[in-house]
Amino acid sequence: MSLNDLISRLFADPGDAGKKPSQAAAPERLDNHRVNVKLTVNGTVYEREVEARYLLADFLRHELGLKGTHIGCEQGVCGACTVLIDGRTARACLQFAAALEGAEITTVEGIAGDGPLHPIQQAFHENHAVQCGYCTSGFLLTTIEFLKRNPDPTREQVREALVNNVCRCTGYLNIVDAVEAAAVKMRDRTLDAGGEPS
Amino acid sequence: MKPAPFKLYVPEDEQEILALLHEYGTEARILAGGQSLVPLMNMRILQPQVLISLNRCAALSYLNEQGGGYAIGARTRQAELEDSERVAQRLPLVSAAMPYVGVRASRNCGTVCGSLAHADPLAELPSVAAALEATFEIASVRGRREVSADEFYLSALSNCLEPDEMLRQVWIPKAGSDSKSVFLEVSNRAHGFAVAGLALSVDIDAGGVCRKARLAAMGLSETTLRLRPAEKLLEGKVLTEELVEEASAVSTEATAPYQDIHADREYRRRVAGVLVKRALLNCSETVN
Repeated sequence: MSLNDLISRLFADPGDAGKKPSQAAAPERLDNHRVNVKLTVNGTVYEREVEARYLLADFLRHELGLKGTHIGCEQGVCGACTVLIDGRTARACLQFAAALEGAEITTVEGIAGDGPLHPIQQAFHENHAVQCGYCTSGFLLTTIEFLKRNPDPTREQVREALVNNVCRCTGYLNIVDAVEAAAVKMRDRTLDAGGEPS
Repeated sequence: MKPAPFKLYVPEDEQEILALLHEYGTEARILAGGQSLVPLMNMRILQPQVLISLNRCAALSYLNEQGGGYAIGARTRQAELEDSERVAQRLPLVSAAMPYVGVRASRNCGTVCGSLAHADPLAELPSVAAALEATFEIASVRGRREVSADEFYLSALSNCLEPDEMLRQVWIPKAGSDSKSVFLEVSNRAHGFAVAGLALSVDIDAGGVCRKARLAAMGLSETTLRLRPAEKLLEGKVLTEELVEEASAVSTEATAPYQDIHADREYRRRVAGVLVKRALLNCSETVN
């Protein structure tokens, strides 16, 4: 089924055709339904009142000024807005900030803190894995989770792990090289730290 | 591109969720992982007036051993099953299919029940649930009811839920000691969207006789499709090469798939037969 087919179906039938109408009257249209939310971003707690429909990606950029999280497709396909929510990758364009009460978010600004580059950033730098840079923060966050789950990946596993991040400069070869190099750096770092995974 | 305005509820218990569904009916949507719903909202294809997020209802996040199987709650994330050793051991078909379900970033957020309820014709989990004869448990303020995959799926993106109901749990029976399972997918690119796929679960006794066969295909119909002619043919017989060929042929004959830009009808029919053959050969190899 093509996307067009799906879309025409959805227009013809919002998914509830033939079902009985709701028992209550339609709720008043709340154009400015605002919700109070408290969440942690890169270790700092923020409390804000935001529109319910505010996407996490917009919240990070416009509310907090963290513009390292980039917005590409806004439909979960390109991976540019990938962040970590409670340590796991998620697309910030598919999350509503107001539904994330209590969550801990990590963006590209938070991965190295105030110190030198994170080993994965360093590997991207050394392997020339950054062209225009628009996709880079998404790749970095995807790589952080991937190397935690698989510290010694094959090249094919690296490619598979990056399938959800699009680089329109098509600089994939260097990106794959960088992730392989990053895996070595991360393993070395783990050894230096006495075997404690970081 | 932002979603149209809506009112958001983030209730902490199931009763509250059901009360909201009862109150708002067709105006409301459950927001579980949001990996299918939010893109449609961002494109404004869907504009629900009310969203009911499950994010704070921790009681609906579970993977419990129950009555010879596993009960999976409405808020249980796909990644939890992907990473579970118990699932790998006891629900090997679920484990095999999981890497095909979206990508890691979507499985971290997306829920098992959300994917089942969305009823995308190219989703993996509905076919897995059909092949394993899972039980869908539906809840509303009026009470609970249980249905099979056959009853749950009506057509593409359409299920049997009433406006005040939600899929609160799916129960999947454990694999028996005689059972073998295979999940296969064909796609145009190595890690891309599928053109078609097959979930297969068979019980083969010590004598090599197939006692039970369940084959459910995706991408061949508007919703998951049980290949019943092949199931009938296989049951009670030894899996020989001829039988496999025959099952493959009846599966091709029995399907009249849709076509789209990714694959035409004839190609999908041929893929149906090829998937059945590959899956069965894969099973007989693991037997012998």
